[in-house]
Amino acid sequence: MSDLRDLYQQTILDHTRKPRNKHEMPNATSTADGHNRLCGDKIRLFLKLNAGVIEDISFTGNGCAISTASASMMTEALKGKTLADAQPLFELFHTMLTSPLDQEPDLEALNKLAVFSGVREFPVRVKCATLPWHTLQAAIKNQDAPVTTE
Amino acid sequence: MTTTTTKPAVAKAAKAPAFDSAAIRSDFPLLQTQSHGKPLVYLDNAATSQKPQAVIAATARYYTNYNANIHRGVYKLSVDATAAYEAAREKVARFINAPSAREVVFVRGATEAVNLVAATWGMENIHSGDEIILSEMEHHSNIVPWQLLAHRTGAVIKVVSVSDGGELSLEHYAQLLSERTRLVALTHVSNALGTINPVERIVSMAKARGIPVLVDGAQSVPHLAIDVQKIGCDFFVFSGHKLYAPTGIGALWAKGALLEKMPPYQGGGDMISTVSFAGSTWNDIPHKFEAGTPHISGAIGLGVAIDYLGAIGMDAIAEYEHDLLLYATKQLMRISGLHIIGTAPEKAAVISFIMENIHPHDIGTIVDGEGVAIRTGHHCCQPLMDHYNIAATARASLAFYNNREDVDRLVAAVEKVKEVFS
Repeated sequence: MSDLRDLYQQTILDHTRKPRNKHEMPNATSTADGHNRLCGDKIRLFLKLNAGVIEDISFTGNGCAISTASASMMTEALKGKTLADAQPLFELFHTMLTSPLDQEPDLEALNKLAVFSGVREFPVRVKCATLPWHTLQAAIKNQDAPVTTE
Repeated sequence: MTTTTTKPAVAKAAKAPAFDSAAIRSDFPLLQTQSHGKPLVYLDNAATSQKPQAVIAATARYYTNYNANIHRGVYKLSVDATAAYEAAREKVARFINAPSAREVVFVRGATEAVNLVAATWGMENIHSGDEIILSEMEHHSNIVPWQLLAHRTGAVIKVVSVSDGGELSLEHYAQLLSERTRLVALTHVSNALGTINPVERIVSMAKARGIPVLVDGAQSVPHLAIDVQKIGCDFFVFSGHKLYAPTGIGALWAKGALLEKMPPYQGGGDMISTVSFAGSTWNDIPHKFEAGTPHISGAIGLGVAIDYLGAIGMDAIAEYEHDLLLYATKQLMRISGLHIIGTAPEKAAVISFIMENIHPHDIGTIVDGEGVAIRTGHHCCQPLMDHYNIAATARASLAFYNNREDVDRLVAAVEKVKEVFS
């Protein structure tokens, strides 16, 4: 097996133990729910959008170490960014986790989010890492229906 | 024909006074393999079991030596295949002490069996306002078919509550039994908690009011000697793949009088007596419920799995597994921060657990890295998870081929989980 340390990096464990921006947001302009059927992870994402800028972003819910850390680090990466910035980051993140193992992902552009590169060695856990990002997509579209990672 | 010569390799050893788990283990090729470079420890038996070489060989022998369709040909191959298929039905009947093999319907598994009963007996006998009693610890496969039926008929589902220890509340059950109750459908053993339900008592309480009972035996058949007549139920369902047999085969047992009255489930070949465009008539039971070419090799494999278990003895298996359960429970409880979900006094060898501040999914990934396969998730029991206010558990489910070393490997792997998260 790939080294577990690639999966459970210290940065990830730190965000799991002390998730950032994990709270409700009463004045959110958009929310969305995400659900990972395989492990029961549930997340609610809150966005405060103003003229295309993510003024504030937070989440609540229950999940595994990977999904919690991913949500936490996503909120840190996106706070203050424009929606136009968020979209390519989502695509980069998604590509990093789903690209074949012999392809080098663009870790530099992902900055801190590159710590999740080890997740792609654990195919059943990829959905844990992408759940917050799929939920973000739903929140941006302000969908009412919960999204799943299916 | 070679189907009757499939004696398990360990039959002799297993009949010796001591339970020869090492010999049994050697009968299962997959248990000799490695996972992530370590000898595999397979502890997900409640999801599916591994198959003994005798079962694997029997299915291969069918395809190699006498593959033909059944109930059709006049040629030897078809006669041989039919004989082996019907012999398997006889074995199933004896295994659960059914009065007659004609009351045994081969299906894909417990799920299909429940769906069959809901779609046939249920559609005929359950009407608007009627009540179906289930329990909070049911597998989704014994919930959703009844919800579909309730949706079609306007029936109402009532749910027996479960105590925090994981036992059914018989008091609540007694309260739910009413003039409108038309069916009680209940699991014999909980796949998520291991609880062995007092089915005989539950059935007799329903019978006192003339209410039919379906018992889901998916988790009990592999671990306990089953006697459907002693249980007293009307329907009993189980899957072969949890019983060391191939996937895609299982059985529905129902009282003959009920099967006779029930309409067919699916239409097609083999389930008919005559067909004309003016109308068709149905074959005798159980064939009335077996449309199309069935899973012949699966049924033969199931028969051989039953032979294999019979040579060891279900009582010996139950005793061995109970001892292993006590050992595993004791060892796991030593781990600080680990909590066992499901502590009923009567338990099959299933241990669901959670760990403080560590999600079951992470437990599963880390112990997998140690070569230990356990299940993590909601175990197709979301209402039960809601009862405990948890999203998921980690679950180790033991079989008679597991041993104390497997348990020790699990415990060491769980210690590793704590180390990663420390």
